[in-house]
Amino acid sequence: MKVKVIVTLKNGVLDPQGKAIQQTLNGMSFENVSEVRQGKYFDIEVKESDESKAKTQVEDMCKKLLANLVIEDYKVL
Amino acid sequence: MKSSVIIFPGSNCDRDMDVALKKFGFKNQMVWHNDDEIPKSDLIVLPGGFSYGDYLRCGSIAGKSRIIKSVIDFANSGGLVLGICNGFQILTETGLLPGILQQNKYLNFICKNVFVKIKNNENKFFKDIKKEILELHIAHNEGNYFCSNDELKSIEDNNQIAVTYCDHNGNDDEENNPNGALKNIAGIFNKNKNILGMMPHPERMIDPFLSGEDGSLFFENLIKSL
Repeated sequence: MKVKVIVTLKNGVLDPQGKAIQQTLNGMSFENVSEVRQGKYFDIEVKESDESKAKTQVEDMCKKLLANLVIEDYKVL
Repeated sequence: MKSSVIIFPGSNCDRDMDVALKKFGFKNQMVWHNDDEIPKSDLIVLPGGFSYGDYLRCGSIAGKSRIIKSVIDFANSGGLVLGICNGFQILTETGLLPGILQQNKYLNFICKNVFVKIKNNENKFFKDIKKEILELHIAHNEGNYFCSNDELKSIEDNNQIAVTYCDHNGNDDEENNPNGALKNIAGIFNKNKNILGMMPHPERMIDPFLSGEDGSLFFENLIKSL
């Protein structure tokens, strides 16, 4: 089955790319954009039919590789 | 003294490091990332570069590569480990050093000479270096050191800050911070001071005709203190 993961920077961690995107959007007449936070998205195909087992395994992958918990949070969708 | 430089796909300062180590008397050997064991060594170096194309996060894939288990075992048994630039990033990704190197604050790749101040010389890496301020070279896109407040407190309490960015007079303030690094941190130790990770490249400053010689002071001290 396919498991989807989003990795984002933790609140309070500086995101210069997000900031640059926000400023660009503001300059493109999207003046009401007050903040952009950039993240990563993963589509992971796991050979496992049990959904909860697959998601537990993906959580483990997030902790060990996909996210760096010093600055990032992850969400298994 | 024997040293080993680990080569990852995308390492590009491995040969510079080999030249520097040999120049100052190390018997150096190159070790491939896919090997299981590191030959007997007094020092292991993780060189600069772009291991695995900086995929996912800088150093994250190298931090899980086959050879790393031997590096971790060596470090945990007290062996001397040096990570320069991408090597520093790899050391944080393995958890051997706290924190992480984020993208530079102003999103630019920085390639220039900088001054760094030695903050702690009660360790083998800086013990007998007579100068307090060294001129070294940096070349990185992700050198913006970051860690949580709790970690920073623990790093400071244990004197783990090795070098900070400064000017030629040693002022390590925000004005002399090239990449946004927390507390101007350019390099840190682990608690036991047998692991050093730093962004500046001492191996690029070993020739009086091409660069400068402050990197020479680093390697001369290193071989003497081992």
